[in-house]
Amino acid sequence: MSTLHTVNKSPFATNALASCLNHAKDGDTILLIEDGVYGAATGTTLADTVTAKVGALSICVLSGDISARGIDQKRLIKGVTSVDYTGFVKLAASHDRSQAWL
Amino acid sequence: MADNIKKFLYVNRRAPYGTIYALEALEVVLIGAAFDQDVSLAFFDDGVFQLTKGQNTEEIGVKNFSPTFRALGDYDVTKLYVEQESLDERGLTAADLQEITYEDEDDDWAEKPSLKIVSRAELSDIMADQDVVLSF
Amino acid sequence: MKFGVVVNEGPYTHQASDTAYNFAKAALESGHEVPRVFFYHDGVNVGTRLAVPPQDERNIQKNWTALAQKHEVDLVICIAAAQRRGMLDANEAKRQGKDADNIAEGFRISGLGQLIEMGIQTDRLMVFGD
Repeated sequence: MSTLHTVNKSPFATNALASCLNHAKDGDTILLIEDGVYGAATGTTLADTVTAKVGALSICVLSGDISARGIDQKRLIKGVTSVDYTGFVKLAASHDRSQAWL
Repeated sequence: MADNIKKFLYVNRRAPYGTIYALEALEVVLIGAAFDQDVSLAFFDDGVFQLTKGQNTEEIGVKNFSPTFRALGDYDVTKLYVEQESLDERGLTAADLQEITYEDEDDDWAEKPSLKIVSRAELSDIMADQDVVLSF
Repeated sequence: MKFGVVVNEGPYTHQASDTAYNFAKAALESGHEVPRVFFYHDGVNVGTRLAVPPQDERNIQKNWTALAQKHEVDLVICIAAAQRRGMLDANEAKRQGKDADNIAEGFRISGLGQLIEMGIQTDRLMVFGD
């Protein structure tokens, strides 16, 4: 039993990502979408917190949202995977439920 | 439990009045109650502010919907989980929250508290045990 | 698999209705079903037929209408949220004594029960909002 969490807020604007990381269970997936993708970049004050969770949690970003914001794939935290909308659908189907961190 | 009953969780992470989300979430809960599902509400992060006592909206000219929480028991909505850590972070204790109760028909209509203060870990378990998670 | 989709934000200001559309489209093109999309909060504004976005921009309402027609998706606008925000279909306009209605083709207005029913009848519920 696992959950797909979606986070669509920049971690610098709200606590959505922090709260999601605090509540997600091992084996869950966090998909960063929209402004949420800023949470997957290296070199930020949050990068260490996110990096520490990679492994226990699977952390993904929506590729279209990364490109739209000019974030190079090379800037993503190691272990973060990029998926397109079809990949998003696959994640939603392969987890038991989905929870949006609005 | 019958096959056609699902576990519904309403996630409340936002404060009231600044935006309409809390009020319109409550409207879904009230309508949803008629569907006889296994309903829980989670209040954490700023969502705990929805439950505070003493809300008075007279001056802002917006409807005070906080008394509606006390009516949820009449709709058989009796599981309102509040996260302890979220209260702590905001300088609140259980005493700052409204008293919300229900009458337990399986226990000679004894009055019981609907608000259940739980730890972050307990809330995580509750959220991971749902079929449908509605966030607003 | 059956996906239910909830859209909680209006078009153009927030990306939510775009992401929801792209998700629904990808799900349908992957062979899944999206029997219903429920528009709530400001999301009801997606269903106005009076929006005239610049020609070089996507038309969010028309995209939804086309997707719904192609794949038989039930686009439901919440009546309680719609009435607050001035979204009326012809019947409702008449009932409320208003001189206009504004619901786009492919959308219909109905109650919140449709949201709960969608949660019961689909395998996964996806929420998109602010």
